[in-house]
Amino acid sequence: MIGIIGGGIIGVATAYELAKLGEEVVVFEKKYLGSGSTFRCASGIRAQFTDEANIKLMKYSIDRWNELSDELGHDVMFQQTGYLFLATSEEEVEAFKNNIKLQNKFGVPTKLITPEEAKEIVPPLNADAFLAGAWNPEDGKASPFHTLYAYRKAGERLGVKFYEYTKVIGIEEGWKIKTTRGEFKVDIIVNATNAWAREINAMIGKDVVPIKPFKHQLVKTEPIERGQIEPLVCPPAWNDSYVIQDGEDGGVICGTALEYESSPDDVTPTYEFAKEVLRWAVKIVPALRHVHIVRQWAGHYARTLDNNPAIGKLTENFYVAIGFSGHGFMMAPAVAQALAEKIVKGRTKVPLDWDWFDPWRFERGELRSSAFQIG
Amino acid sequence: MRIVCRCNDVTVEEIEKLIDEGVTDLEELRRLLRIGMGPCQGRTCIPIVISILARKTGRRPEEIPLPNARFPVRPVKIEALVEGEK
Ligand SMILES: Cc1cc2nc3c(=O)[nH]c(=O)nc-3n(C[C@H](O)[C@H](O)[C@H](O)COP(=O)(O)OP(=O)(O)OC[C@H]3O[C@@H](n4cnc5c(N)ncnc54)[C@H](O)[C@@H]3O)c2cc1C
Ligand code: FES
Repeated sequence: MIGIIGGGIIGVATAYELAKLGEEVVVFEKKYLGSGSTFRCASGIRAQFTDEANIKLMKYSIDRWNELSDELGHDVMFQQTGYLFLATSEEEVEAFKNNIKLQNKFGVPTKLITPEEAKEIVPPLNADAFLAGAWNPEDGKASPFHTLYAYRKAGERLGVKFYEYTKVIGIEEGWKIKTTRGEFKVDIIVNATNAWAREINAMIGKDVVPIKPFKHQLVKTEPIERGQIEPLVCPPAWNDSYVIQDGEDGGVICGTALEYESSPDDVTPTYEFAKEVLRWAVKIVPALRHVHIVRQWAGHYARTLDNNPAIGKLTENFYVAIGFSGHGFMMAPAVAQALAEKIVKGRTKVPLDWDWFDPWRFERGELRSSAFQIG
Repeated sequence: MRIVCRCNDVTVEEIEKLIDEGVTDLEELRRLLRIGMGPCQGRTCIPIVISILARKTGRRPEEIPLPNARFPVRPVKIEALVEGEK
């Protein structure tokens, strides 16, 4: 029996992948499934990273995203609407060129495009403000709600048991998991509690993955005509601000890097954020001025020191997949499959670089090149 | 076919079907069907959804936790929040 702690996209997808390999799985979630970061994310999926490990992993993950709806028997609304990064200076254009070279090397078809080409992809874009764009049409978005639901239902059909409103409060050697709804005996534990992960690691005396939760927020507008801002559009020099049309209802989701170090249980939005994010959003797409915002919400980035997650074995029969630093939703299909195969078969065909993501790297004082954080 | 959420076109049948499939959490129903996420922010539909949920699960309406109230209370034009900035 394998016990997964945390019912976000990572925990639920891993439960499904383990059950697919014939394992008996239970998942403990202190609130409802998805209530952590997962249901608060911006839904973006990209292979445009700046290092080999993340590019390869995300390239594979996008292949998985493509098969997911069929395999799980429920539409996860994955759409390859692309990611468009925009450069505001010559130095940035040079940096984009280097990233593109690296991405192309691993089969990701990103290319440099002109502001005019960018405007064809995003008609209301303030194209004059930019020198060039990095465009990967294979990046995209999916519905966090439907993806989690699809994994959950497919998992349940394979016998996975989900215990919601069941908080893990202690772990005894062996393992015995103590929860607010009784004790459970399991052979293997997977810690998938992301922003809360330190509490769980500390329960077995191995608080070795330094994760700090940072409150991040989004605002969303009323629906606008489809096809206006379908890709995620981000000028990194403008405080990592981004806009993207929601794949379901067509409202525009707006984010920016204004963050607050805070408890992951504090999800109160701030007025300061609304003002800051909209200041940037109307610079990217001026016509947004005339649109109404209908909601704002907050969640947390579980940031490690190098903004790369910690994935792998913490100790015998205890694994972690935590610290996703703002890009865990997109990686979930690949990470879940890799981890499940690693646990059950000892090896995996997923191109996940175990050394790069090793949870013990911080103890050894090794940091990776920082992964770009935004969704 | 009876519409419950007029903003996002959600019917009684869709809601009842999900409840029958075991989705009895108001938060989860909202997210799967986008009830309460339209311009009216659920003022029209959430009370109806709660009564359907209560009826189908044998709970009293007051036992069903309400979704968090979220800023803005009414839709606000972006212009109003970025006024004076260029
Ligand atoms: C504003 C915002 C925008 C984002 N945009 C994107 C994006 O565009 N693309 C992308 O890929 N990622 C994005 N992310 C990041 C993404 O949301 C996360 O990386 C991802 O959801 C992590 O999933 P998870 O399953 O690891 O964590 P979570 O979804 O947080 O799940 C962890 C779960 O563990 C539970 N838990 C905690 N402690 C306990 C306990 N003691 N017992 C039982 N359960 C417990 C929690 O309740 C929680 O549900 C964004 C995040 C935010 C906040
Ligand atoms: S009627 Fe449901 S959100 Fe307006």
